[in-house]
Amino acid sequence: MSATTSKGWDRQQMADRLAREFQDGWIVNLGVGIPTLCSNTDIGDRDITYHAENGVIGYGPVLPPGQEDLHLVNAGGQNVSLNPGAAIVHHADSFGIIRSGRIDVTVMGAYEVAANGDFANWKIGGAKGGGIGGAMDLAACAKRVFIILEHTTRKGEPRLLRACTLPVTARGVVTLVATNLGLFAPWGEGFAVRELAPGVSFEAAQQATGAPLLPA
Amino acid sequence: MTRSGKAFGSFAEAVADIPDGATVAFGGFAGPGTPYNLTHALLKQGAKRLTCIANTTGGAHQPRMPDIGMLVENGQVAKVVCAFTAATRPTDQLPFTPYYERGEVAAELVPQGTLAERLRAAGAGIPAFYTPTAVGTELAEGRETRVINDREYLLEYALPCDYALIRAWRADAAGNLQFRLSQRNFCPLMAMAARTTIVEVEEPILPAGALDPDQIHTPGIFVHRLIPIPPAPEGLWTARRQERTS
Repeated sequence: MSATTSKGWDRQQMADRLAREFQDGWIVNLGVGIPTLCSNTDIGDRDITYHAENGVIGYGPVLPPGQEDLHLVNAGGQNVSLNPGAAIVHHADSFGIIRSGRIDVTVMGAYEVAANGDFANWKIGGAKGGGIGGAMDLAACAKRVFIILEHTTRKGEPRLLRACTLPVTARGVVTLVATNLGLFAPWGEGFAVRELAPGVSFEAAQQATGAPLLPA
Repeated sequence: MTRSGKAFGSFAEAVADIPDGATVAFGGFAGPGTPYNLTHALLKQGAKRLTCIANTTGGAHQPRMPDIGMLVENGQVAKVVCAFTAATRPTDQLPFTPYYERGEVAAELVPQGTLAERLRAAGAGIPAFYTPTAVGTELAEGRETRVINDREYLLEYALPCDYALIRAWRADAAGNLQFRLSQRNFCPLMAMAARTTIVEVEEPILPAGALDPDQIHTPGIFVHRLIPIPPAPEGLWTARRQERTS
C-alpha cells in the first residue's frame, strides 16, 4: 500500500473526488474506464440521472452475472439496471440530448489535457485510426467537461501540458481534472491546484506537470 | 401467408440480392440490436466491395460473433463508416485495424452522434446539417464550417444506405417493429436511411394488428424483410446465451 499512498489517489479516489462535484438534479454522462467508477461514490441524497450515449437515461448499478438483462447495456457494454423513472431513446435522440446541452457534466478519460482546456483522447501518436465514439459530441456540447487521468504516462512524462501534442477531441472545454496527484482546473496559462491528494506536495505536483501550477 | 409478404424463410434468402458494391448499415451497440444472423448470412453470400456503416467494426472481445471485421477478413469490404477505426483502449485490437493500416480497406471515422444524425437526416429527407461536434479537430480540417449565432458549426451530409441489417424484439406481419431496452440504438435510424431494411426478429412474427399502434418504434413503411431467429444453436442469439446453450 505504501507505493499507492506515495502516488496519491487510486482510481476510485480520483473518481470519488470528481463525483463529489456533482450537484443535485444533474444529468451525468460517464465515459468508459475510470469515469464509470463515479457512479460508485456515495454523494448522499443528491439526485443524479446517468445518461448513456446508447439511449439509456436513468441507469443504475451494474448487475452481477445471472441477474443481468442482456438487452440492456451502458456505453461501456456493461449490463446495468434501470432506476425508477428511466427511459430509453434511439441514438439520434440520445445525441439530441447531448448536442442541445442537456448534459450537466461529462466525465471522460484522456491521454492529455492542456492549460487552455483542450484535451486529447481519441488517437494515439503515430496511429492511423482512432476511437472517437461519442467523445467529440459530448466534449463539444456538454455544459461541463471533467477529465480523469493518471498525472503522468508510464514513462513518467506529464499529461497535463501547455498544449496538447496529440490530435484534440475538443478545444477549450475542460474545466476540472482529477489525477492521482489531485484536483486541477485549467486557467489558460497553467493549472490551478484545487486540492492535492494526501502526501503529495505542491513541488512534486509541479515537477510532474508540463505547465505552471497555481497554488490553491 | 402475410398481408404484405415481408416474412422471409431464411437469412440466406433475405440477403441473397445484396450486390457487390452495396452500402450496408449494421445496427447494434455493444451487443443489443446487432444482426448476428444476417451478418453470418452475408459472410456466406459473399458480396464484395461493400461499404459498411456501423458504430464499430466489432471483434475486440471474445467469444467473437459474426461482425464487420469478419467481412473484412473475408475480403468483402471496400470501406467502413464508423465511430471507431481503432479500439477504445489502445491495449485492445480491432481485427479491422491492421487492414486499415495497410491500406487494404478505406475508412471514414465519424463521431457517434454525427453518425446517428447523418443516418437520421437520410431517413428524414434532409441532405445535410450543421453540428458543433468536431469543430477545431483534425476531422474538420479542410471542410466547410459556418458561424451561426456566434458559434462555429461543421457541415455534415446525410448518409443514405442501400440496405440496413438490424435486429428487433417483436414484429408484426406489416413490418412494424418494437425494440427492447438498449436494443433500439441505431436500428430505427438505419431502417429509415435504407432503401431495403432486413430485420432478424427475436419473437415469432405476430399477425398484423397484434401490436398496439401507439407502441411501434419503427413503422412497417421502413421495413421490407422479416426473419424470426430460430432457437440456438441454429440461430445466433448473444455471445453469452450462446455459451449457455452449448
